Amino acid sequence: MENIEQRVKKIVAEQLGVPETDVKIDSSFVNDLGADSLDTVELVMALEEEFECEIPDEDAEKITTVQQAVDYVNAHLNK
Amino acid sequence: MIYSRIAGTGSYLPERILTNHELAQSVDTSDEWIVSRTGISARHIAADDQLTSDLALIAVERAIESAGIAREDIDLLIVATTTPDNIFPSTACLLQDKLGLHGFPAFDVQAVCAGFAYALTTANAMIKSGAAKCAVVVGAEKLSNLINWQDRATCILFGDGAGAVVLTASAEPGILATKLHADGRYNGILKTAARPKQGVLDGEPWIYMEGNAVFKFAVRALADVAEATLAEAGLQKSDIDWLVPHQANVRIIESTAKHLGMSMDNVIVTLAQQGNTSAASIPLALDHGIRTGKIQRGQTLLMEGIGGGFAWGAILAKY
Repeated sequence: MENIEQRVKKIVAEQLGVPETDVKIDSSFVNDLGADSLDTVELVMALEEEFECEIPDEDAEKITTVQQAVDYVNAHLNK
Repeated sequence: MIYSRIAGTGSYLPERILTNHELAQSVDTSDEWIVSRTGISARHIAADDQLTSDLALIAVERAIESAGIAREDIDLLIVATTTPDNIFPSTACLLQDKLGLHGFPAFDVQAVCAGFAYALTTANAMIKSGAAKCAVVVGAEKLSNLINWQDRATCILFGDGAGAVVLTASAEPGILATKLHADGRYNGILKTAARPKQGVLDGEPWIYMEGNAVFKFAVRALADVAEATLAEAGLQKSDIDWLVPHQANVRIIESTAKHLGMSMDNVIVTLAQQGNTSAASIPLALDHGIRTGKIQRGQTLLMEGIGGGFAWGAILAKY
């Protein structure tokens, strides 16, 4: 079973169309991986589907890096 | 059992074309920015003296010709529009008069970008019930009236135009299944709030949109309604020959196609040259697909739209 970081990185790579090796833990979606505002919406939706959770808009706005996505999932995942 | 079928289609786009490059001269934006986020390169803008009913009239005349009916055969007229000529009477009544017809029921349907799905569903139900035999369903918009040309987030998105369908009673379907939905809790994320009050406009008379929230809602709702409509008709995703979506944003369209397992080669996309024409976009795309020879008789089409309200819906049809 892949850990949460690996699953997040895989989704980020798939959604943003970048090689998984380019996705680092401290990568910023917009500044490092070339995401635009709609990419980040789609990314949040993909995270919601993968981890079966709902990320409210006010929380979604604060998820701008891979690390922040991993932290969010860790804090909210149904254990 | 009576069904309804699409006997003919027609559409009209105003002559004036406004390109991204031209827009970029007056607002802070660029062709590259607009194309990458929306898929839109240009849109048509109606002349000052062209009203929604004028756009609709040309589309309907073309649809009548393509259906091979006499205009006297028409016994129902439904206009889907968010930009009626007047507060009242309805644009449908004004259009009926311009067509030189009278007597049969004519009314407007207001469901913004889902308007055509709502109007076609209504006409289908009236034909199936025996209340009508030859319906004209129009989506027509002069959205440019509601565009704030200073708002770079919204002025790039919309265009004017009209599309029409002639729907006739038939022993064979035709329209296979329809699904409509609305969720008024989301009324605030896409709206034009103005109302006339004692001789002045109260509220903002421009299109307001929270883009990211609309995008997220649209992607999910369109995927769900597509599946529900297929289930109602007892068909599979693989049975769809053509997706004829509301043209709001190419990335919403791509997302829907991906969800349905469809190649973009099987999606009618008119967005690049037309922008979002609200209720007119589906019949404009349908007419484009038919007249370019892509959509053939006997093929299965999924039409779907979503817009302010929120209101959304889908129609599965055998052309």
